[in-house]
Amino acid sequence: MDLFFTMLVPCLMLAVAVTALIRRVDVWSALTDGARTGLKVSLSIMPPLIGLLTAVYMLRASGALELLGQALSPALTAVGIPPETISLLLVRPVSGSAALGVGAELIQTYGPDSLIGRTAAVMLGSTETTFYTIAVYFGAAKIGKTRYAVPAALCADAAGFLAAAWAVRFLFGS
Amino acid sequence: MAMSVIWTVMVAAAVICGLATGNGPAVAKGALDGAAAGVELSLSMMGVMCLWTGVMEVMRRCGVADALSRLLRPVLRRLYPGYAGNQRVMDAVSANLSANLLGLGNASTPLGLEAARLMAEGSGGIASDGLCMLVVCNTASLQLIPTTVAGIRAAAGSADPFDILPAVWLASVISVAVGITAAKLFARVWR
Repeated sequence: MDLFFTMLVPCLMLAVAVTALIRRVDVWSALTDGARTGLKVSLSIMPPLIGLLTAVYMLRASGALELLGQALSPALTAVGIPPETISLLLVRPVSGSAALGVGAELIQTYGPDSLIGRTAAVMLGSTETTFYTIAVYFGAAKIGKTRYAVPAALCADAAGFLAAAWAVRFLFGS
Repeated sequence: MAMSVIWTVMVAAAVICGLATGNGPAVAKGALDGAAAGVELSLSMMGVMCLWTGVMEVMRRCGVADALSRLLRPVLRRLYPGYAGNQRVMDAVSANLSANLLGLGNASTPLGLEAARLMAEGSGGIASDGLCMLVVCNTASLQLIPTTVAGIRAAAGSADPFDILPAVWLASVISVAVGITAAKLFARVWR
């Protein structure tokens, strides 16, 4: 299973190259032309990424995330989300690597097969780094007016977190 | 505008909370570290990004993307009615979706960004309904096999690291369904 996923990317590249050669496509110039577009895209991502990570690092250092966690704990218990996962809920939409760190910490502290450990794992697996994605996509597309993208994406996140907590409860019992 | 408000609120919360809790110096250091991390992350992404836009261009020129697009077209045409006739957008969107499903996160981002760039052409900096839908679909995780999470669980000594798969699929489907519904509803009322 592991080897399959490890080799998926290289095999995909090989399959594309061979298909292209058989169809008499100039693989090399297509690859380099495409890479040139990628260079422009990655440069346009850098400014929003710098801005966002600066704010996230400041927030993490200030201790504001923990305070918010304490304040929101009763509301979370009411909707069926284990309050221990609050740090994950807060970090998940803004930083992928931070969420992975927080999630891994929860899974190790409470055990991978515990309710909290499983909930944290399912939350990590069924949601994305929303604000990062939004910043990167609209940055690359040079869009200033994002209209309803942020509220709609946050609806999906909230649903993902709730569904993760409920699905674990439903499938693995109390 | 939304990002401007969010960013300002984040910085304000960090500064105020940092001063109140005596973490001020750490916040100041965090700002410098974060800025540096932004550069590092974009530079470390650059190689993979360029590789995948390159592979994507090969796929596009040899017709693989067309075949993939045809397979996903019935679903995608409903999701992106404004771009149903735009071949290049549909190619990028369908490739982005299949990369997401396979969990090729590094591959799906450049493909999605290509779609976003094409959708934004001539839009005057205002997000179209299609672009909002693309962003919402990409902020919801559509990964079939969450390998990273399974790895963490295995490292922590789980009896069966993959036993969360049904729960992950259930949660993902609900999350994506809510996101798409919200985007479609907002599209009718939001100007």
